[in-house]
Amino acid sequence: MKIAVLVKQVVGSESSLDISPDNKWIDESNATFVMNPPDSYAIEEAMNIKEKIGEGEVVIVSMGADSVQKVIREALSKGADRGIHVQTDGTAFIDPLNTAKNIVSALDGENFDLILSGLQSDDTGMGQTGVLVGELLNMSTATLAIETDIDSEHIRVKRELESGWFQWVRLESPASISIQSGINQPRYPSLKGIMGAKKKEIKVVPLSFHETKQQVEKISIPQKSKETEIINTDIDSSVKRIVEILKSEVKVF
Amino acid sequence: MKSLVIIEHKNGVLHRMSREAISGAQKIGGDITALVIGENAESISSELSNFKIEKTIIVNHELVPYYNVDGYKEIIKQVVNTISPDIIITGHTYQARDFMPRISAALDIPFIPDIVELEDSIYIKQVLNSKLNASISSSSDRVLISFQSASFSEEDVIKGSSSSESFDVDLDSSSIKSKSDDPFQESASEVDLESAELIVSVGRGIEKEENKSIAFELAEVIGAEVSASRPVVDAGWLPSSRQVGSSGSTVSPKLYLSLGVSGAIQHVVGMKGSKNILAINKDSDAPIFEIADYAVVGDLLEIVPKLIATLKDS
Ligand SMILES: Cc1cc2nc3c(=O)[nH]c(=O)nc-3n(C[C@H](O)[C@H](O)[C@H](O)COP(=O)(O)OP(=O)(O)OC[C@H]3O[C@@H](n4cnc5c(N)ncnc54)[C@H](O)[C@@H]3O)c2cc1C
Ligand SMILES: Nc1ncnc2c1ncn2[C@@H]1O[C@H](COP(=O)(O)O)[C@@H](O)[C@H]1O
Repeated sequence: MKIAVLVKQVVGSESSLDISPDNKWIDESNATFVMNPPDSYAIEEAMNIKEKIGEGEVVIVSMGADSVQKVIREALSKGADRGIHVQTDGTAFIDPLNTAKNIVSALDGENFDLILSGLQSDDTGMGQTGVLVGELLNMSTATLAIETDIDSEHIRVKRELESGWFQWVRLESPASISIQSGINQPRYPSLKGIMGAKKKEIKVVPLSFHETKQQVEKISIPQKSKETEIINTDIDSSVKRIVEILKSEVKVF
Repeated sequence: MKSLVIIEHKNGVLHRMSREAISGAQKIGGDITALVIGENAESISSELSNFKIEKTIIVNHELVPYYNVDGYKEIIKQVVNTISPDIIITGHTYQARDFMPRISAALDIPFIPDIVELEDSIYIKQVLNSKLNASISSSSDRVLISFQSASFSEEDVIKGSSSSESFDVDLDSSSIKSKSDDPFQESASEVDLESAELIVSVGRGIEKEENKSIAFELAEVIGAEVSASRPVVDAGWLPSSRQVGSSGSTVSPKLYLSLGVSGAIQHVVGMKGSKNILAINKDSDAPIFEIADYAVVGDLLEIVPKLIATLKDS
């Protein structure tokens, strides 16, 4: 089975977020980058499926600036077989349809049986790129998979629905599936894996679609909707104030 | 301006967020058409007839009696091509996440999801872990959008009267590539968060599994239940029955005391109804502070043990 995993590099949750001078994104030179956390579950699921079937290939696909090769290597060190880097000049993309078209064209001739993606990227939160790729490639699709039952004969996924409901869905092959976080426990790379990853191939593909249909006009700091008492003092005074709140204002006792 | 609102329903009940979507569509103004698909479409459309919209379109096809992503894509595509709306609207539900991108790619129109606010063709959504807002514009003359839960109020829906008509679609069984079993719920949980009066909630800021003991200790001292954010459950530190948020429980205790929870929308929808929210977080810009009554900026691993000791002493 040939499996592609879409992996994005995003600004880390601990990163500083300074709004850029043109007000259209953040100043990325002060930011720290990580693998989009949901995508590590998609990588792990792909590895598990390949290991269960006993044959196949896991290919990591990432679009972005040259720095995304770092997250591709990270995935290769966990055992993925090779990488495809769809190269941009580094400006942030808020147009998932453009991203999906570029990924689809980079996958030309590959004919994957399965494409796995994370459910959402932490930076732009579009929650759609994997499904777009699936539709553009005329695949069947499913989102929010919290368990998979996949072998060379059939594809079944347990989808998470709202408020604690679930549903099993059978899909025709090929399929593009977005993976819900928590589906598995992502492995750490081994030392051997890290060494081995250096020799694995990363193919670099240029952008082929440039038209964008949506763009950021402005970035702003959200307005507060509630009156909040801010307690930002030394620990002893903070603790004293919390005790007061619990006792006299919220009356928990 | 012509808009098409795609209605979601289950067991004959209209989804709350579909009402919010109608409310949002009314704010945008212009002609609103609602689309209801499936075997319960008739009864749902009678509820919609009380709203101030242009009309409701009903599609009841034997191949799509209930939700199916392939069926929805085909049906919506045909409806859109016939009535030519400028804007196609849904609530940002799990179902919308499933089918809206399919329509986006099939019709080559952008899908701007999870919108919290809009002003004249500028759509505002949260980005970067909800810490900033992005105002997004589109150069396409047709867009798909979805509204974040509670961005518009279902109470604000303007009443009126409207008619409904059925719409014939041309569907072939070969276009349905996925087949769903019946939805089910997992076995009942060990805790009842929804009726808890006091809740201590732990987020990823707890840092290590062994640190969860301080949350349990604090909970014991004040008589609270312990809940968690999703990453804490994903890591296996607490069972999923303790998860609060869009994929967990919805709680409204007298006190929600959160420890190291950032305040992502999927968490906040599950707890923003709490009477008092006290949040401890070391990041003064954490989004949880926007909805907190009491925002304690500091390291929970230092504050909470002292808090426990002080409460025990008194
Ligand atoms: C479809 C979907 C469904 C989801 N469903 C849910 C759901 O039901 N429930 C849910 O919770 N999430 C859900 N999520 C995930 C959600 O988007 C967030 O990723 C999650 O809520 C973040 O959890 P967190 O706040 O614990 O972790 P983080 O976002 O990592 O935040 C950790 C926080 O701890 C603070 N911190 C770190 N160390 C300390 C310290 N020593 N002292 C004090 N503060 C500290 C940090 O400043 C940070 O604010 C869902 C996401 C999607 C896309
Ligand atoms: N630039 C990208 N390169 C590779 N994969 C991506 C990219 N953007 C999004 N994805 C994938 O699509 C998923 C959903 O992203 P999004 O639609 O941006 O929320 C992510 O979790 C990734 O798996």
